[in-house]
Amino acid sequence: MLWNRTRTLGASLLAAGLLAGCAGEDGGVQSQKLSTITGRGKLICGVEGKLPGFSFVGPDGKYLGLDVDVCKAVAAAVLGDPDKVEYRDLNSSERFAALASGEVDLLSRNTTMTLSRDAAGGNGLSFAPTTFYDGQGVLVPVASGLKDLKGLAGKPICVESGTTTELNLADRMREQNIPYTPLKFQTSDQTFAAYLGDRCVAVTSDRSQLAGKRTSFPKPDAHTLLPVVMSKEPLTPATTNGDPAWADAVRWIVFGLMQAEESGITQANVDAKLAEAKANTNQADLRRFLGVEGDFGKQLGLPPDFVVKAVKAVGNYGEIFDRNVGPASALKLDRGLNRQWKDGGLIYSPPFR
Amino acid sequence: MAPVPPADPTPSPLPAPKPPWWRDRRVIPWVVQAVVGLLVLLLIAFLLGNLIRNLTAAGLLLSWRWLQQPAGFDISESVIPFNAQLPYWRALAAGLVNTIRAVLVGLVGATLLGTLVGMASFSHNGLLRRLARVYVEVVRNIPLLLQLVFWYFVVFLTLPNGLAAIQLPGVVLAKSGLYIVGLGEGLRWMGPTLVNGVWQAPVRLSVEFGALLTGLIVYSGAFIAEVVRGGIAAVPKGQWEAASSLGLSWFATLRRIVLPQSLRVIVPGLNTQYISLAKNSSLAVAVGYTDLYSVAETTLNQTGRAVEVVLVLLAAYLTLDLLISALMNGLNHLVQIRER
Repeated sequence: MLWNRTRTLGASLLAAGLLAGCAGEDGGVQSQKLSTITGRGKLICGVEGKLPGFSFVGPDGKYLGLDVDVCKAVAAAVLGDPDKVEYRDLNSSERFAALASGEVDLLSRNTTMTLSRDAAGGNGLSFAPTTFYDGQGVLVPVASGLKDLKGLAGKPICVESGTTTELNLADRMREQNIPYTPLKFQTSDQTFAAYLGDRCVAVTSDRSQLAGKRTSFPKPDAHTLLPVVMSKEPLTPATTNGDPAWADAVRWIVFGLMQAEESGITQANVDAKLAEAKANTNQADLRRFLGVEGDFGKQLGLPPDFVVKAVKAVGNYGEIFDRNVGPASALKLDRGLNRQWKDGGLIYSPPFR
Repeated sequence: MAPVPPADPTPSPLPAPKPPWWRDRRVIPWVVQAVVGLLVLLLIAFLLGNLIRNLTAAGLLLSWRWLQQPAGFDISESVIPFNAQLPYWRALAAGLVNTIRAVLVGLVGATLLGTLVGMASFSHNGLLRRLARVYVEVVRNIPLLLQLVFWYFVVFLTLPNGLAAIQLPGVVLAKSGLYIVGLGEGLRWMGPTLVNGVWQAPVRLSVEFGALLTGLIVYSGAFIAEVVRGGIAAVPKGQWEAASSLGLSWFATLRRIVLPQSLRVIVPGLNTQYISLAKNSSLAVAVGYTDLYSVAETTLNQTGRAVEVVLVLLAAYLTLDLLISALMNGLNHLVQIRER
């Protein structure tokens, strides 16, 4: 009896050990995420989904926007097809859990890079290069005559819960000693519905988001952005800390889009540039960048011509910006901080060496 | 006959040999229970082990130090004093108090509404009876979330604001909330006043609270009305006839004879509805009311402590519901008919 019980216990401990062993298996040197994605044949990309200019569903039912183009560029570079992307709409509270649990491979959802989100002891994300340098702004009705934060004293302000916006608002108002009432909603739709329902005198969010949302208001001209910029909001695609090889691949695909603009490679001329690089053995920089020479692709676990594929799919960074949020779009945002470093902006790709 | 098992070496003195232990009716249930118990324990150990291993790998092992850190966010309405410098646990406490406030008022309101509607379905007045049926059928067949969004965005947010607000002596109903006269600073009576385009009053209920309460009361009221109707219908018809032969009116019959007897059927059903109401209050986040869930969500996003925050949420709602359940079981014990 006793012996029997001991044996059962031993067997069950062994079984538990085996089961537990399966849970923490590591993929080895090769990126587990990359092989999952290539095996699955599509990239799962977490996006906001309802934000004009960044990620929203166009009239033909397809996703459009700057964040969406980053997903497409990654899919093109990894899988060779920008349409092999499955989009998941995530709200602010779901996004990190969805990424951490592996439900999405890549989070390209106007997410601000911060210390606590990056740190291994915080959210444990791994950030790619910033794709949009933004700042927090305040949108008010023109008719309210409000000019600055002081005018908002004692009044309700609509804000989406679980965002950095919420904290910045609290900080700025405390600094200036302005009492106010934050009204928090779970989704941006509810937040803006309450603002349009006149429940709040102002709504605060990233300036690009406010400009994007305003285009879908019944009367866009009746609302204006206050001049105040309350924070730095570097909106950045992210992966998890768990797979550094995958994070590197995403990082350099995004840098590739930026470097392409700097090197004058566009969606229209990328084939001509590739032919030029192949013909002219002296153009070492271009040959390496486009994968004619060297093994940059292989080092990242990507095809050698991943930059060509990405640029062919969505264009270079400047083209993506102009098409989605710049002069060619309804948002008509200025390049501002998002110019190339040569033009005095912050878009700067390290060398492809 | 089966050979004597090694576990039982002494030969039985009885004429019929004792069956081997694996065919012994006294042993089998124990073995089965032990195996099932062991499997359950193993499953729990596996799940917990998996959780701890993965959290450790992600550097997120359970820690409660964040509870002491300053929250850094404000809460739009709080019964207990709160500001952004206070720690997270104070924020969660403020959220819990807001939840309890909504649940308590909701329970009272839904019970009153449900009882009245339940009684109305036995009225002699055909219009009243049918109205009660229409109310119950419409309300209980529409999802609560939709109803809350309707009350908030369609009803409350279309109220006028500022000077155009609905003004009665001592009470103002505006888009920003309900303002009621009360004891203000220096213990003097203060009515609602308009300061800088914003209403101010000692007692202020936000429209978010109003929308949540209206939604919860109207929704739960419909279910409670059905419970009350069932309870009244369970009282034998002879009780009605006996009461009316004594000359009691319809209302007096209901109040003195029928309702007291129907309580023993109603109370267990109410328990379920009360628990649902407490849980449904977490939908408050859809209408911008800062309840426990809303605060927990903000906390989760600021701290990244998903597992801990969800544990706090689970514990809070479980405690709240068990408390309601215990109180209702006590009440149930009181209203049972004492058999003699």
